[in-house]
Amino acid sequence: MTATVQTQALPAEWRDFFALTKPRVMSLVVFTGLCGLLAAPGSIHPVIGFAAVLCIAMGAGGAGALNMWWEADLDAKMKRTAKRPLPQGRLRRSDARDFGVALSAASVGVMGLAVHWLAAAILAVSILYYAIVYTVWLKPRTPQNIVIGGGAGAFPPLIGWVAVTGEVTLMPVLLFAIIFVWTPPHFWALALFVKSDYAKAGIPMLPVVAGEAATRRQIMLYAAVLLPVSLVPWWIGGTGAIYGVAALLLSGLFVALSLPVAFRKSGEGDSMAPEKRLFGFSILYLFALFTALVVDRILLA
Amino acid sequence: MTPEEQVQLRRARRGRNIALALVLVGFVALFYAITIVKMLD
Repeated sequence: MTATVQTQALPAEWRDFFALTKPRVMSLVVFTGLCGLLAAPGSIHPVIGFAAVLCIAMGAGGAGALNMWWEADLDAKMKRTAKRPLPQGRLRRSDARDFGVALSAASVGVMGLAVHWLAAAILAVSILYYAIVYTVWLKPRTPQNIVIGGGAGAFPPLIGWVAVTGEVTLMPVLLFAIIFVWTPPHFWALALFVKSDYAKAGIPMLPVVAGEAATRRQIMLYAAVLLPVSLVPWWIGGTGAIYGVAALLLSGLFVALSLPVAFRKSGEGDSMAPEKRLFGFSILYLFALFTALVVDRILLA
Repeated sequence: MTPEEQVQLRRARRGRNIALALVLVGFVALFYAITIVKMLD
């Protein structure tokens, strides 16, 4: 451990605690969790549904805080993360840890008591998966860290769905699979244009370890797999044509945007426009695909 | 601790207390609503 983290004398502001929950990641988590809940067959009382989504958000926030607690030294070394509360010394590390544990425990407890214990159990697994399996164990060890980490982000729609139905069926598992396959190309596109930062922090990101060419090939490979995976819910009759056509168009565009990334080599002072375009589109992709899923369910059910 | 730091400390603590109070009131309201919904089931 290096002494890059400053000690602090003043008490932290509430905003610093809020920043620990990774609000921007949480917005995607809340959205996909809510979509899983709305797309599931059956009904849930709005108050219970609200509690379920709140618990998913709290769980993600708790896991995010634990991640920042563990990685405070790493974050201090990277431009993108150096402004976080812990590297800046605006917050005590033990406070971040306790906040993360409390938020995680509360989210699982409330989910179990108010919504469903199976949903609570999956929520607990997802938090432990992100905070321990990914953050502590695999992220610093394998260049496949993002593939494995994608599992954590894939849980919310599954949890939202189970909150309504109380059982794990093929459809919510497919929603899990979609985000799981979507995460690597989404993140590696980002990693291509912030590569130097990860190298400095000693994180074995794929572009650092396997090289840029391999990363570009993998991005296209995952995009190609995402196309059929995103269509399976339609093929098995789990959704209608609204989702099916949307998935075909969106995933087709995803593949199309991944091609220029795959067959390119970046030079000195490269603007990395295709990579940034793919990264930007990947976020839009997820929002649009899950919106189509919900619209499909509401209009055709 | 300088007077400026003291002012800053009070402001930060006050902000945290207000945020915590709002969270607690929110949870009281949520648990009340959940209880009512569960009883009506």
